[in-house]
Amino acid sequence: MVGKPLVSIVSAGLSKFGRREGVYGRELFAEAVTEAFERCPNLDPKNDVKAVIIGHMGESYEHQGHTGPTLADWAGLLPSAALRTEGACSSSGVALRIGILALLSGLYDIILVGGVEKMTHRTTPDVTEFLAMASDFPFEQWHGLTFPSLYALMATVHMHKYGTTEEQMALVAVKNHHNGALNPKAHMQREVSLEKALNSRIIAWPLKLYDCSLITDGASCLILTKPELAKKFTDTPVHIIGSGQASDTIGLYERESLTTLKAAKLAAKEAYNMAGVKPNDIDVAEVHDCFTIAEIIAYEDLGFCELGRGGKMIETGTTTLEGKLPVNTSGGLKSKGHPVGATGTAQAYEIFLQLTEQAERRQVKKAEIGLAHNVGGSGATATVHIFRRG
Amino acid sequence: MAEAPLLFSIESFYKYISKRKLMAAKCRKCNKLLVPPRPMCTDCYSKDLEWIQLKGEGKLLSYTIIHVSPKQFESMIPYVVGIVELTEGPKLPGMLRNVESDKIRIGMKLRVDFDTVLPSEWPQWPRYYFKPLEATS
Repeated sequence: MVGKPLVSIVSAGLSKFGRREGVYGRELFAEAVTEAFERCPNLDPKNDVKAVIIGHMGESYEHQGHTGPTLADWAGLLPSAALRTEGACSSSGVALRIGILALLSGLYDIILVGGVEKMTHRTTPDVTEFLAMASDFPFEQWHGLTFPSLYALMATVHMHKYGTTEEQMALVAVKNHHNGALNPKAHMQREVSLEKALNSRIIAWPLKLYDCSLITDGASCLILTKPELAKKFTDTPVHIIGSGQASDTIGLYERESLTTLKAAKLAAKEAYNMAGVKPNDIDVAEVHDCFTIAEIIAYEDLGFCELGRGGKMIETGTTTLEGKLPVNTSGGLKSKGHPVGATGTAQAYEIFLQLTEQAERRQVKKAEIGLAHNVGGSGATATVHIFRRG
Repeated sequence: MAEAPLLFSIESFYKYISKRKLMAAKCRKCNKLLVPPRPMCTDCYSKDLEWIQLKGEGKLLSYTIIHVSPKQFESMIPYVVGIVELTEGPKLPGMLRNVESDKIRIGMKLRVDFDTVLPSEWPQWPRYYFKPLEATS
């Protein structure tokens, strides 16, 4: 039996993703929040929203910590209780999870969760260094390991153990760029050919430029309520019916396996059990494709295919917009972009659009149940959420 | 009189590296080898630990060749890093040197070696690295 709603999403907002010159992170957040308020005319933000929970990874980008109240201020939501959650690239997946707990606690009726990151004004070596902070300092960063290199280490073993190919990884990029070309808010709205992806410059072999997600500016938010209040704000809420989160070693090197993210598997198990659904019940999914190999591993960790078959799965076309289980209809981190702190709730935004028939040219027909899979670092944090049409 | 054992810390691990020793903290209660060392056994919570020296040999579990790096490693690009499973069981990441990239194979036997130059940037820990066992004289 499909699980009962934990909380409901009654509105959502997303800034335009991309290279947003001359705009500060908090201003991007205001852009996302404005959309969410405009979508929900029955909401009186100043009086209704009592807490703001923000995912944000790094102070280094804008020399700005203490992000919770800063963003609540720019969103016009003072004096609501504001806090920041940090789980590297899953910072706002964690914000969503904490938001669910806050509503389930009974202390709040209506809250706003979201995320933000402003990255493109920094140089690539600077961003490379800041992103690497999501990995272990004394044994990974100190020895020159970069963020792409951690996923490259997973890819090398996946290729060796299961025969996964560079071409299969490139197919993930081709698919997600196709979807992103249909998303007016995506960072890179253009198709990429298999040949171009395969011939792009090496970042950390076997990963090339088109295997990597984009350095992007962006913000995202969701307005969450108790399910019994949802209809006061919208006729078409989206219910969250499952939530899972787990942790693993900060160092990739200490893991039992380099080809599976144990935290993601455990988070998925928790979310599936809570939701009362199975992998083959999912109609549409947003998964954490920070690198193409990560989407292939996500198929396996989420039970969309058997262990080691992720490379084959991308070849069959199952996960294209027209396939049985469309994955990353937004373009994913790969093409929509990856403003790290904003990504978790941006995934939920896309699922919200899909389950309320607002995804326009990338709409999946009759999608009832959606899933979002958000990973921090090389997998030390993972959250999985399952959504149902209200 | 014997010297007091070093604290079971990452700082101590690198102090041993500066003496060309790869060390693990061993839990006397459950025999778990802690690399990196931790102040207590994270399996059984015992604080009854001892330092043991590792042989410094292992096999390559995975590798990658880095072409885009943070500033402090830019002069080395492209460089190889890998994850090595040590003979005693624990795993460590590190740079692979003295090997051409087309000769690298998962499973190849490696041996630890130690940088002689101390890095100038914080925290100035000396670095270890790995090289092929066959090439060791």
